[in-house]
Amino acid sequence: MSSEPLLSYREVVAGYTGPVVGPVSFDLHPGDVLGLVGPNGCGKSTLIGALTGASRVFAGEVVRGTGVSIGYQRQRPVRDADVPLRADELLHLTGADAEPPESLRPLLGKRVDRLSGGQFQLLTVWACLGGEAQVVVLDEPTNNMDPAAVGALTDLLQASRGDRAVLVVTHDARFLAGVSARILEVGR
Amino acid sequence: MSFALVFDPLFRVPFANGLLLALVLPLLGSYVRLRNEWLAALGLAQVTAAGGVVAILLGIHPLAGAIGAAVLAAGVKGRTERSGNDVYAVLLFFGWSAALLGAANSVRGEELSHALLEGQLYFTTWANLGGAVVLFALVAAAGPWLSRRLLLEHFFPEHLSANGQAPWRLHLAFDLLVALSVALATESIGVMATFCLVFFPPWVAFRIAASWKRALVHAVGISVTAYLAAFVVAIVLNQPFGPVLVGTLVLGGVVRLPFLRPR
Repeated sequence: MSSEPLLSYREVVAGYTGPVVGPVSFDLHPGDVLGLVGPNGCGKSTLIGALTGASRVFAGEVVRGTGVSIGYQRQRPVRDADVPLRADELLHLTGADAEPPESLRPLLGKRVDRLSGGQFQLLTVWACLGGEAQVVVLDEPTNNMDPAAVGALTDLLQASRGDRAVLVVTHDARFLAGVSARILEVGR
Repeated sequence: MSFALVFDPLFRVPFANGLLLALVLPLLGSYVRLRNEWLAALGLAQVTAAGGVVAILLGIHPLAGAIGAAVLAAGVKGRTERSGNDVYAVLLFFGWSAALLGAANSVRGEELSHALLEGQLYFTTWANLGGAVVLFALVAAAGPWLSRRLLLEHFFPEHLSANGQAPWRLHLAFDLLVALSVALATESIGVMATFCLVFFPPWVAFRIAASWKRALVHAVGISVTAYLAAFVVAIVLNQPFGPVLVGTLVLGGVVRLPFLRPR
């Protein structure tokens, strides 16, 4: 790749009170899908937590491209029992409401608290993928999903624009294979 | 009992003051409820009441004391960097204690304490109305900007920090706006009526509305309808305004019973 990376991890060692994971290095360019894989507790979420300040960087550096914005879907999306936000209003928050995929259109007029866990997960993933962010971080996006929903998620990733990069933290190797992701094993 | 009293010029300033508060409080209350901080209004109102009483003891205008106490409380809450009701519960206990102790040691403080408990809208002045106008203008100007960011921060809590922005600034701005609103409202309609206008209309609207925008419209509609009814009833029957407003809202709250399914 000759273009400037949208996001670079350079020998990053991350943790909380002490180092947990690293050193890890990678570059993300437009069109990349990078899968961070590894066993539970190996520090995958700690590594991406360095982007938000949820974890500390003990060594190395995280470098963002100039003006690059980041969309971040957490492992357990915030889902309230009684909030009257409609699905299309949720997508509007991130600017992802312009051209939602066919699979999401039947959900758009519904309140998000009336959706199933899998439907809500798909919606929040598209809110990140279809929005204005150039780098999208998805932390365990296949949680709560049955095989059909994982298939729909794969379609969403392929439908997203090619000028963004996606960083996926997951333990689901079949899902990563389905989206043709580069794979980086953490904790080895 | 006279219906003509409702249109007495003496009550125009209180009417306009209360109407502006009835428009603003349920809007802010919707975001307070979204953040699961519904106790905020009661905690801040109680601190505000304490600020008003302490101001009298210190020879300061009670409205200034109330606003100062509310802003200080919002700042303390912001420093804790916690959302949820526990901080507001602590503020509530502190405010209650300070207000009653202040009232017990001053005749004027005791009078004010009773007024804040009952909510005497009809005695509010141009100063109260001026504050309500400023508050309304602030909410109208900052509302759309705040709304999108508060919703975004709620559903995607890492969004701001992942993009190098400090979420605490957003939280502090909102907390200060709520504190100012509650301070002005407590001085005009009392502690419990303020809490009720923040809590009740969104509580009903969240149940029945089909979207966020409609929830805001429902909340304001419920609030203003209850306010107009309470204003008339309290004057015609010569009753204290605060309890009449709270009673009207609670009666209106039956629409939230389980037999009414959300859409």
